[in-house]
Amino acid sequence: MTEAKIACRNLWKLYGADPAGFLKRHAGNPSIETIRAEGYVPAVRNVSFEVMPGEILVVMGLSGSGKSTLLRCLARLVEPTSGEVMFEGRDILAASERELIEIRRHKMGMVFQHFALLPHRTVLDNVAFPLQVRGTDRQKREARAREVIELVGLKGREAYYPRELSGGQQQRVGIARSLAVGPDVWFLDEPFSALDPLIRREMQDEFLRLQKMLNKTIVFITHDFDEAIRVADRIAIMKDGVVEQLGTAEELVTSPATPYVAEFTRNVSHDRLLSVGAVMAPAAARKPDAAAVQVEALLASVARQVLSSERPVDVVDDGGALVGTLSRDSLLDALYGKEQHA
Amino acid sequence: MSAAILTRATEMEPQKPLASLTKPLLVVLPFIILLLAASLLPGWAVRVPAGWTVPFVDWANTLIEHMRDDAIFGLFSFRDLTRAIAELITWPLAFVEGLLVSGFPKIGLAAMPWVMTAGLSGVLGWYLKDWRLGLLSAGCVAYMAIFGKWELSMITLSVVLVAAPIAGLIGFLIGILAVKKPWFEALVVPLLNVLQSLPHFSYLIPIAVFIGVGHKAGTIATVIFAIPPMARLTILGLKGVAEEVREAGKMAGCTRFQTLWMVEIPSARQPLLVGVNQVIMQCLAMVVIASFVGARGLGHDLLFRLQALKIGQALESGVAIVLMAITLDQLSRAAAHKEPSHVADATLLQRFPFLVASVLVVMASLLLAAITPYAQAWPSELALSTAPLWDALVDWVTVTFYDPLQYVRNAMLLYVLIPVRDLFQSIPWTAMVALVAAAGWSLGGLRLALTVSGFVLFIAFAGYWERSLITAYMVTVAVLICILVGLPIGIWASRSERRTAIVKLLCDTFQTFPSFIYLIPVIMLFKVGDVAAISAIIIYAMIPIVRYTIFGLRNVPSEIVEAGITSGCTRRQLLWNIRMPLAFPEIMLGINQTIMFALFMVIIAAFIGTKDIGQEIFRALTFNDAGKGLVLGLCVAFMGLTADQLITAWAARRKQRLGLS
Repeated sequence: MTEAKIACRNLWKLYGADPAGFLKRHAGNPSIETIRAEGYVPAVRNVSFEVMPGEILVVMGLSGSGKSTLLRCLARLVEPTSGEVMFEGRDILAASERELIEIRRHKMGMVFQHFALLPHRTVLDNVAFPLQVRGTDRQKREARAREVIELVGLKGREAYYPRELSGGQQQRVGIARSLAVGPDVWFLDEPFSALDPLIRREMQDEFLRLQKMLNKTIVFITHDFDEAIRVADRIAIMKDGVVEQLGTAEELVTSPATPYVAEFTRNVSHDRLLSVGAVMAPAAARKPDAAAVQVEALLASVARQVLSSERPVDVVDDGGALVGTLSRDSLLDALYGKEQHA
Repeated sequence: MSAAILTRATEMEPQKPLASLTKPLLVVLPFIILLLAASLLPGWAVRVPAGWTVPFVDWANTLIEHMRDDAIFGLFSFRDLTRAIAELITWPLAFVEGLLVSGFPKIGLAAMPWVMTAGLSGVLGWYLKDWRLGLLSAGCVAYMAIFGKWELSMITLSVVLVAAPIAGLIGFLIGILAVKKPWFEALVVPLLNVLQSLPHFSYLIPIAVFIGVGHKAGTIATVIFAIPPMARLTILGLKGVAEEVREAGKMAGCTRFQTLWMVEIPSARQPLLVGVNQVIMQCLAMVVIASFVGARGLGHDLLFRLQALKIGQALESGVAIVLMAITLDQLSRAAAHKEPSHVADATLLQRFPFLVASVLVVMASLLLAAITPYAQAWPSELALSTAPLWDALVDWVTVTFYDPLQYVRNAMLLYVLIPVRDLFQSIPWTAMVALVAAAGWSLGGLRLALTVSGFVLFIAFAGYWERSLITAYMVTVAVLICILVGLPIGIWASRSERRTAIVKLLCDTFQTFPSFIYLIPVIMLFKVGDVAAISAIIIYAMIPIVRYTIFGLRNVPSEIVEAGITSGCTRRQLLWNIRMPLAFPEIMLGINQTIMFALFMVIIAAFIGTKDIGQEIFRALTFNDAGKGLVLGLCVAFMGLTADQLITAWAARRKQRLGLS
């Protein structure tokens, strides 16, 4: 099995007078009531997970849920109170300032909610900035910057200043800057939240296009569940600093671990989320129909065929072998819930 | 979210009727009782007994004498050190002065021709903003040449050009250190508070002791005076850099130094340049006042003429100072607001038009100076003087308005100033301490109460209580009149965009004038004395109250105003029920500034013969009594800080309650 790119274990971040001492006094695992009663603010509580190479992990939660702090702990922009953060198998919390700078200069890129561009630098100089601080000479860094600017579709705007660009364009600069050093790991902190809905969708497509090309390991923060579903391999839902559940979108919807997760996923339109395999009924082995549907297809793409068919439609796997059947009723149950057409 | 609402709900106490009145009443009650019972109180509780005075002045003088005379490390005294440092400033000063006006006779080089100075100023204005600003700055320089103020104005300008960068740099470094080291910030911020409320004269006295008198000393005083605002704005600017931007720098792999130098400082460019603007304006204000310790230039000229009561000539110098102030302010302000924009590939001329223009100006003026001496230095026999014009104006005003002015002056004295002064002088010091402590306690708890009553006790036991009461009375009268006049002006001006623009422009312009300038018209109208002093304070201190009133009223959230309109409010109801209550905290901050301005001016007004603490400072300056000057300066600063601490605490609380913070 491949090694996790990023892993965190029992990660805590509390704000207050003496968080480390407080944590120690309560055996490293105080309840939320104790934390609040003693005047501490919980940001991240006992979070553990792993991110595999090339995986997109979306951390999703409402404002104040601790998702941004969690990301900053992974990048060590914020010093965790306790716990462990492993980056490519080494403990990043033990790294010296010098080592940390080296890691950031070569392995990490980050995109910020409000773009965080440097107002006094042109697009080209903004994108070349991470290369400049690590000492790449001008010719090389500008050539690389031009390359990335073209990649994000901003060719021709190299000499502009950030304030001369629209929000969407500014975030493209932010993305280009984060990719300039060719990082392995890409942190995105609500990258599209400050943009208009239409632009947001366009940028999500752009993001997916880039990821298909670049195949980075990604931690992506958002408060928008639809966005999470669009981009995520796996989703972690956070509340009050705790990861309530971590799984694929399908798992969250079909078997929510807590009422909070259920509440969140209730209004998601299931037809673009659930695959045929999640709702089909098993079938005895036989030769499948010619008009069979794929087990991995999303419900939305097969709904018309299933609903217009008098009898259950056959479901086949990649190799064309029969794996189950999907009836009109079970499709409707999956999409609209059982009680409504009983 | 819900947690926040819950905690707020538990904090709210059930409101009793009259509850809103009991607290202010409790604050004033001890004061009123002590004031009314003044005749029943033992003598020590009314006047500070002479034996109780703490010899702050002697302590300060002992310290100063030690620093002046005793050697450190057995090598040299502190004064030797300060004098050596002061010696360093003569180099750049001589250089800039040589460049602008006196030339370099040793190497046989003449100063820049005045047409070159004018032309380059024009290009600078054009570069920073537009051709109009270019015209203003070129015109200002030309005015100095043609109206016979060339030498004086260029000497003043040299001091500003040398002092401002030094003060700016020192303030900048202090600011950076304060942002990076919390212990240093804890140390330096209270110090900045005191320094910024010390009157100008208090800076002059130690300078006179440690450096001596003369042009050099004046320049050093100017540098020191201009450091605090730069330090403060640096702290403010660097702290204002968005956390995300700082994080972006760190994630790019910046070292600490790179983060500071390549991310934080450039991102804080605008507030930093506003700081530079402040430094320049403070330098100009101080260099005028530093003429008291012998700084040459326009200020010296003005002082000399005012002392001789040559009002017309003083006005002429005043106009030159004002013109310079406006130009310097406009230029440095334009620099702060200049935003970079991209340029497409272009020719040299298109890419660097200003560099090309500057080179052209230099060549053209050198050529012109070679052809005609008029372009090198405007001949003094051809200099125009506006003094006769001003003299005529002064005469006309005096003759025409003599009777009404006398009437106003006497009425002011008889019915306002003298009764208020008597009232103030009857206030027992214990009553004052009680009032301030009660106000502090109710607004900010024990800590604030101790701070502000500490300030008042210092003033009481420093031995200048009576003098301080006179200062307090003049400031109080002036501030009340400022509020009575300034508030309606602010309300009127906030009614439309156009009025706001006009009044704001006036405020901006008047604020650039060095405070000393305001003495000219009041001497012209009221001669010397309390009425003249209070009038000068009123004109100068009116600016902040007007400005903050406009700002407060115009910045009421538009949704709330719209809610008022759709509820069917008339304009009057809108003003009194919606705009005013919401703008009130801001207006209070304006009053706070007005008090600070009034305190600055009341001390400068000592020049025209007041009898308050300023007069004592003035005397300390004459006798080079640094200890006394320092203690008196602290008395003034503490008066200001008492008001400041109380008002800002109140405004912060009020804003929080209104949900505006």
